[in-house]
Amino acid sequence: MSHLLLRHRDIPDIGEIDVYKKNGGFEAFKKAVTSMKPQEVTDVVKASGLRGRGGAGFPTGIKWGFIPGNIWPHYVVANADESEPGTFKDREIMESNPLQFLEGVAIAAFATGANAAYVYLRGEFWPVAAILDEKIAEMEKAGFLGDKLFGTDYSLRIYTHLGAGAYICGEETALLESIEGKRGQPRIRPPFPAVAGLYGKPTVVNNVETLTNVPLIVEKGADWYRSLGTADSAGVKIFSLSGHVNKPGNYELPFGTTFRELIYTYGGGVTDGRPVKAIMSAGASSAVIVADDKALDTPMDYASVRTLGADLGSASVIVINDSVDMDWVINKTIHFFKHESCGKCTPCREGTYWMLHLIERIALGEDVKATTELLHAVAKQMQNKCLCPLGEFSTMAVTTAIERFPADFKASSSRAKTGTIEGGKHG
Amino acid sequence: MLAEKYPNEVKKILAKYPPERKQSAVMPLLHLAQLEAGFVDRHAVVEIAGICGITETDVAEIIGFYTLYHDAPEGKLRLQVCTDISCALRGADEFLAKVCERLGIQPGGTTPDGLVTVEAVMCLAACDKAPMFQVQGPDGIAYHENMTVDKTMEFIETARKEVK
Amino acid sequence: MAKMVSLTIDGRPVSVSEGTLIVNAAKTIGIDVPVFCYHPKMEPVGMCRQCLVEVGRPAIDRATGQPVIENGQPKINFGPKLETACTTPVSEGMVVLSQSDKARASQKEILEFLLTSHPLDCPVCDKGGECPLQNLTMEHASPQSRFLFDEKHHAEKRVPLGDKIWLDRERCIQCARCIRFQEQVAGEPVLAFYQRGRSTDIITSSEPPFDSIFSGNTTDICPVGALTTADFRFGARPWEMKAAASICSLCPVGCNVTFNTRREAKSRARTGTTTAGGKVVIKRAMPRQNEQVNEIWICDRGRFEWHYVEREDRLEKPLVKKNGKLEKVSWKVAIEEIGNKVKGNKEEVVVLASGRLSNEDLFNLKQLADGLGGEALLYDSLPGGELTTKYGVSAGTNIGDMGAGTTILVAASDLYHEAPIWHLRVKQAAERGATLIIVNSEATRLDKYAKHLVRCEKGEAAKKVRELGAAVKDAKNLVIFFGADGSSALAEACAELVKSRAGKPNNGLVGVWPRANDQGALELGFKPAQDLQAVFEKASVVYIVGADPIGDGAIKTQNVKRKPFIIVQELFLTETAKLADVLLPAQAFTERDGSYTSGERRVQRFYPAVPALGETKADYAITALIAAELGIEVEGRSAGLVMDKLAAAVPAFADITYGKLAETTEQWPIIGRADLYYGGTSYQNSQGLGVPLGRENKKAEEGSL
Ligand SMILES: Cc1cc2nc3c(=O)[nH]c(=O)nc-3n(C[C@H](O)[C@H](O)[C@H](O)COP(=O)(O)O)c2cc1C
Ligand code: SF4
Ligand code: FES
Repeated sequence: MSHLLLRHRDIPDIGEIDVYKKNGGFEAFKKAVTSMKPQEVTDVVKASGLRGRGGAGFPTGIKWGFIPGNIWPHYVVANADESEPGTFKDREIMESNPLQFLEGVAIAAFATGANAAYVYLRGEFWPVAAILDEKIAEMEKAGFLGDKLFGTDYSLRIYTHLGAGAYICGEETALLESIEGKRGQPRIRPPFPAVAGLYGKPTVVNNVETLTNVPLIVEKGADWYRSLGTADSAGVKIFSLSGHVNKPGNYELPFGTTFRELIYTYGGGVTDGRPVKAIMSAGASSAVIVADDKALDTPMDYASVRTLGADLGSASVIVINDSVDMDWVINKTIHFFKHESCGKCTPCREGTYWMLHLIERIALGEDVKATTELLHAVAKQMQNKCLCPLGEFSTMAVTTAIERFPADFKASSSRAKTGTIEGGKHG
Repeated sequence: MLAEKYPNEVKKILAKYPPERKQSAVMPLLHLAQLEAGFVDRHAVVEIAGICGITETDVAEIIGFYTLYHDAPEGKLRLQVCTDISCALRGADEFLAKVCERLGIQPGGTTPDGLVTVEAVMCLAACDKAPMFQVQGPDGIAYHENMTVDKTMEFIETARKEVK
Repeated sequence: MAKMVSLTIDGRPVSVSEGTLIVNAAKTIGIDVPVFCYHPKMEPVGMCRQCLVEVGRPAIDRATGQPVIENGQPKINFGPKLETACTTPVSEGMVVLSQSDKARASQKEILEFLLTSHPLDCPVCDKGGECPLQNLTMEHASPQSRFLFDEKHHAEKRVPLGDKIWLDRERCIQCARCIRFQEQVAGEPVLAFYQRGRSTDIITSSEPPFDSIFSGNTTDICPVGALTTADFRFGARPWEMKAAASICSLCPVGCNVTFNTRREAKSRARTGTTTAGGKVVIKRAMPRQNEQVNEIWICDRGRFEWHYVEREDRLEKPLVKKNGKLEKVSWKVAIEEIGNKVKGNKEEVVVLASGRLSNEDLFNLKQLADGLGGEALLYDSLPGGELTTKYGVSAGTNIGDMGAGTTILVAASDLYHEAPIWHLRVKQAAERGATLIIVNSEATRLDKYAKHLVRCEKGEAAKKVRELGAAVKDAKNLVIFFGADGSSALAEACAELVKSRAGKPNNGLVGVWPRANDQGALELGFKPAQDLQAVFEKASVVYIVGADPIGDGAIKTQNVKRKPFIIVQELFLTETAKLADVLLPAQAFTERDGSYTSGERRVQRFYPAVPALGETKADYAITALIAAELGIEVEGRSAGLVMDKLAAAVPAFADITYGKLAETTEQWPIIGRADLYYGGTSYQNSQGLGVPLGRENKKAEEGSL
């Protein structure tokens, strides 16, 4: 099957506006603006079963439908923060198929009545932002952005906004704070962004991959899209495969592909030919899955992965072979979350700090059994109390690693050879 | 002064946001201010506060919160190696250790000539191309992927000749 | 009327208006949900997570839209997660459990998280004894820490944020109350968090650092000992101090304060500006809640500038000039000396009093002046200010209630510097939707909240105010704050705008006086002094009380041909006092009782905080002594009795008694009680909310300019 999202893999210069146009580019946007009502566009997306690719899997059309008609203006924000360890799909889309993504942003804006859209990129995507800025300028020149598009009254402008190194800015309310020029700390909800988002106005926040699906759905219809994937997870998904595999990378596959197929058929098997020991299906935020046959044969869709006590999330599949112990793995994830905790709420700020001390004690082989128990208790104690999901995420791998791989928490495991190196800001 | 050095860029940045939301410009302006010296000095803080109509404290807290902003000078190039889980599974920790060894510095340290600071950082969304690092320097940020220690040393040597 | 919502909290029914937060609903029935970041004067942020409670809501049948009934009771659904009581509004039929096993466990667990980074150095902490974190720790914490000591977060303990406020980074629990106070209440966002996660610290990056005139309030609302004042740091432990209710005497707002005092050890040589050994001294001034005056705030002047009363050069004994030198004498001798000199000179007596004096002092002085057929002049007032006695704001006026529909005009006054708490309250009224108009020749910090900003030349404010006429005519309510602009024309122009509204709550004039009780002096019939030099040269006896016209240069003595007999009643040996023929030592307001009338025409009582110094006497009592010597009957036995006389004599004060002035009613938010969670260390008001003047205004309506 040819690619729907990673289309540059089939059509090398799809990022060039002429090539994109030649391949049907902007037809969907034109069709929407010139021949559809905003509500109809939202309805098509709703009917397609498209769910958010940013992690939470919320139905996209329903989200658009929450935008109230009595508060103006509206905004669309594309979430290109892509900071979850193990996730690197949005970057490839924006680098190589940027116009399809931007067309998706444009259609979302039309559907929700927004005349301005922002693409929030993590600060490290500086060169990617430069590509998008260039493409946006080309679109303006070609009449796909600007005033009175296609001879209608509809006007739209898209702007990029660069973050500056903060995973929490992927969380949508923190992201909005960041665009407003503030520290990226999540807001309490309600109100939800759909009601009070950017500058307090109704705002749709969608992931880059989510939006990149939209032009095809508008062009080919909801039924076509539904026919791909599984019952609860329509369409295709980009799986970011990393860790102990021979061919890491992005793989665009229908939902329902099994872990085994992803790792062995596409990923070329496990590094050094060793057995897979554990899988993290949603990056560092993931619960760790014991990679037994049952797990390997589980289809990757939202519902099936849940039966393994984990979430599909953004489908950032990290493969771990039997050369490392899980205490080392959570040492890494705890470091990450401790570094990225925004500090706003107590359990996350203090809990990640405490967990870090505990895992370091374990790494030094100090009182491992009792310390592991305490670590588990602290992680549990954080759960259900944090202001935003980051704090909860930080505990997922910790509790599940300790519960599912108890043998890895012992005085003489492999950790000593690779202690985590401290450095950089907020170290 | 930003307004003198980059008048067009400042104008372009401000045009992105509603006129009554100038505070939004604080992050792009900080990126701009940091380009040359690699950190944001007090003058820039005061100027940006003025442009955005916020207090200097408001600007300072932004610098403090985000990892890519720096409030003190370091090496001209900040070589930031991802050592997060996916990269680490592909040897990023060893890679970082060896690069530091070859340069004779500790992670977080700067070479005696002030050229490079080497730091460990969190995931950079390049997990399939480890070992990798990004370089934060006078031209912004660039990724260097699928690296080896030798290739890294070559990069540094070339930079040493160019960035003087 | 807001819609009422009924719910139960810990099994107890409560009905509150729609939109009330769970935490406040609980408070109304005496249930204290522990909070740290929540503060009722600021927007909730839900960040400390201390207030998590179980919240259940009635299940609704999707088909019928009606509540599901099970066993005759509505079925209640509890969510999987606890909810923050400080951000969740109540809803009909809600069931809140703040003491369930789950809720209590959560409170204990959040507390443990907080303590992982807190030094628990209560024995040396200024907040020890009035700290909610300490209280909660005593209630919940396990005796054994699960956190290793050397893994605790360590940070700097002595960081000056400015001249007045110090930060102990280790104690900070990142509740952001101080930051939010500066941002939301004071409107001076000069505090912020630096870094993030566990590295988060409070910083200021402004130049000069943390110099807000409201900065001291952050130390009250800081729920731990992270913020302390340089003035009080390590000064005393809360439980060692006594509390005395008082009124700040530095500006016309009349902020309710509490002076905390302590008897210093004999061995303690000095505290602050005074030799302390064995004496009872003031340790700190704290706000005392009065929602209609200062809410729970005071400005830094009120908090720190009372030290003058304890200066070492206070006068302690009467003095009489002999051979050009002031010599200590007994009261008897001093009063007799006055008697001898004044008896022959009655018709040319001038009393010059300052608005620093209490109503009682001023009333007695006026009685004396009248008895002698002399003049009673108010020193240093606003030209035309006496118009406020006719058109001043009246009973029922509360800036805290003002919002949309009210127009506030501030003319020729910089409230931030002249009456800081009015600045703060007017700013908030503007944020609630009141239309703020500013007429001034100079920029002020209030300008950015103004809907209309009128710049004028100095001396032109009156003209500009007159031009506003039409613009404010239709305002539902109109309050005008006016300051000094050189002539009485400004007051007249302002009065013209509110004349027709006199007597209506939230309408009228407010003079931004230089002194705490200028308004009182005017109400009692003092005339603002004009051309003091001429008055001085004409008089044969001048009785100057609490004022230093010579030091201020208002009277020049070099070329005076005939020097009058001068009586001075003072705290210090001022330039004026040096010229006195008789110099009488008065008590500071902290040593006696009395009352002031604020610029908003509210009469409020203050009480003695420390014993009187040496042989000093209260001003009203001294005046009564002099009067008696001259055969005039003036009450001098107690301030309360003077007030009774005053109330009988001055219609605006009719019915006011010391008993009435001491009355209080329940105030919201509830603060200053044992729980200490809500408002911080601002004091509860149990000594009186004061009584507004206002009845006189009916007459004023008929009056004309
Ligand atoms: C801590 C945290 C980090 C997140 N990071 C990202 C991210 O990098 N990219 C993203 O698209 N969504 C991220 N999300 C999810 C967003 O909050 C939001 O759900 C998403 O952008 C919605 O878009 P979607 O409906 O298209 O998925 C993150 C959420 C949390 C709690
Ligand atoms: S200093 Fe006090 S008020 Fe400010 S954040 Fe820290 S604990 Fe809260
Ligand atoms: S979260 Fe409710 S008081 Fe802090």
